[in-house]
Amino acid sequence: MKKLLARRELSLVVAIILIVGVAVALQPRFASEQNIRSILLWVPLLAVAAMGQTAVIITRGIDVSVGSILGLAGMTTAILLRDYPQLGVGGAAVIGIGLGAILGAINGGMIAFAKVPPIVATLGTLGIYRGLTFIVSGGRQVDDYQLPKDLMNWSLEGPALLSNVPFINSIPWVVWIALLVMILSHLGMTYTSYGRDVYALGGNPDAAALRGIPVNFVTFMAYVLCGIGGGFAGVLYASRYGTVNPSGIGNGFELQVIAAVVIGGVSVFGGTGGAPGVALSCLLLGVVNVALSVLAIADTWQMAIYGLVLLVAIIADERFARSARKRAGEAV
Amino acid sequence: MTRKSIFALAALAAFGAIAPLGCKPAGKEGAAGSGDTPKTGSSRIVFIPKNMGNPYFEAMEKGFQQASKELGFEFSTTGPAVAEPTAQISYIKDEIQRGATAIVIAANSVDALNGTLDEARAKGIKIITVDSDLTGNETHRDLGVLACDFDTMGDFLIEQMGIIMNYEGKFAILSATTDAPNQNKWIKGMQAAIKNPKYAKMQLVDVVYGDDKDQKSLTEAEALLTKHPDLKGIIAPTTVGVYGCAKAVEQAGVYPGGKNAKGAGVSVIGLGVAKQMQRHLKDGIVPKVFLWDPAEQGYIASYAAVRMAEGKFTPADGATINIPDLPLTKMGDKKVGKNNVLIIGEPVEYNKGNVDKYAGE
Repeated sequence: MKKLLARRELSLVVAIILIVGVAVALQPRFASEQNIRSILLWVPLLAVAAMGQTAVIITRGIDVSVGSILGLAGMTTAILLRDYPQLGVGGAAVIGIGLGAILGAINGGMIAFAKVPPIVATLGTLGIYRGLTFIVSGGRQVDDYQLPKDLMNWSLEGPALLSNVPFINSIPWVVWIALLVMILSHLGMTYTSYGRDVYALGGNPDAAALRGIPVNFVTFMAYVLCGIGGGFAGVLYASRYGTVNPSGIGNGFELQVIAAVVIGGVSVFGGTGGAPGVALSCLLLGVVNVALSVLAIADTWQMAIYGLVLLVAIIADERFARSARKRAGEAV
Repeated sequence: MTRKSIFALAALAAFGAIAPLGCKPAGKEGAAGSGDTPKTGSSRIVFIPKNMGNPYFEAMEKGFQQASKELGFEFSTTGPAVAEPTAQISYIKDEIQRGATAIVIAANSVDALNGTLDEARAKGIKIITVDSDLTGNETHRDLGVLACDFDTMGDFLIEQMGIIMNYEGKFAILSATTDAPNQNKWIKGMQAAIKNPKYAKMQLVDVVYGDDKDQKSLTEAEALLTKHPDLKGIIAPTTVGVYGCAKAVEQAGVYPGGKNAKGAGVSVIGLGVAKQMQRHLKDGIVPKVFLWDPAEQGYIASYAAVRMAEGKFTPADGATINIPDLPLTKMGDKKVGKNNVLIIGEPVEYNKGNVDKYAGE
């Protein structure tokens, strides 16, 4: 199993190197500081939202409402910051995470305790949360002059500690924050009993129940984590894009998030994959997106390329799973 | 039926009941009171923007609200969440049922609304387009109110870019979608204008499309900075795009005077909403943006609608209408042109000095 994972991460690294190589050959400035920064700024939103989704998909579930969670949590946070500026950026982060957790808990409750199929429950909340985003905002956007300057600075400045390190000093806070989230996710999934329960549940739900793993609680918490990721990504969205618009924020983002998780080696059949692969896959998608723009490839191709990469990943996933089962001596 | 499938059905039912909220935000009532208790004898004007939650149309609403106070009509706004060609039809039909005096609409399609608009006009409802006209199908509405002469917009933007970059150096265009008619008209206008010997030292190096989406606009603007390290300016004739460019030069620190700026830095200009661009203009990240004042468009459209309803103004080629002066702009007699189009005038410049006045709450 370890080997299989390493293989996915290795192939992602190879893919990133290949694409970067081709891009640099066609446009040497792809390797410029400005462009590396642009790629690094592209990744955090996706990576933070994808970490929670990783746990969900490992349990054989899916959360298609994550774009709407990002929208509702981000919009509500922006409105609160506009009306109560004294909350500050710390307050914004706490509110975003808290709202995300509540919205995730609603999904998780329906799925873990009421046994609604994940796709049905989250398809429902996809619409409900987006509708609520319009209701709380009255259909109006929050502009960046109404948000605290400190929040905008997350996408502008890095930690003062690094201000003398060349290049590194130009990497803004959002990137470091995302890196921290990724590391915490990896540690959580690998070294805590909750993380191990998630894998056990995804690997074999019946066996997990027999072993006394609190299956319902583990499932519930996976959706709460997904909500936390989405909610926090909503706050990062406000920082990166400045304008928080009820129809724009997070709309369609779930596709990017699910693509990132699946391409990152998290099997839709459950039980495998993890944060490092997903982190690499977010970086891959960032590189691909920025390359499409820098190399002036018609943006009509973007969706097609996304779909293709996703299909390849799922097919490869199925093949790996088969050969792994074969090696394990199971009947296929 | 198992417990599982009952819950599944319940969740689906909940989705069905609430999802339409996402597509059909509740209408907001204007300054002149609620829509359900019409004042006797007064007319009722409804504004249907391309989509709700769009700051450009929110600014336009202000003009309607002001006119509704001054002229004493009842005003409301309603419209779809997304700007799709047929999304406005159900809202027009609702207003036919409720009996509006006039519908002012920023059309999402030049032809998809024809039949529905004819139906409304048959009931005596005046139809006025603002911002986006039914080009080629003008006979399906009574009057089109356009902010400025779109034919000369390209020349105007090139001249403004020229002033800022001293008529010398490389610049690029960041547009909305590849198939937006206004955008393409302006891009063609700019490409034609640049051939004037006056602009011989200015070089248009790239035209990119941000699809009027935050993420795509920002990524494309950053790609421009990567591709053209010696870029001196970006023209973005779209409000989402110009804001994306402002964020890009801010986050890259290459705006005039920014920490990574080479020489004079990268100057972003374009069409922008005062309120949305307020901070960037005041901090000197963006030198200036332009826009016809959307509130003026709203004011003039509703003024014309009221005069039409009173039978005091009939749109026709060559007809004139006297519009009272607005706080920030002189109006006076405006002449209706070919295809019943009423053009308001030049775009307004927003800069460090005046943006607060226009953005005011």
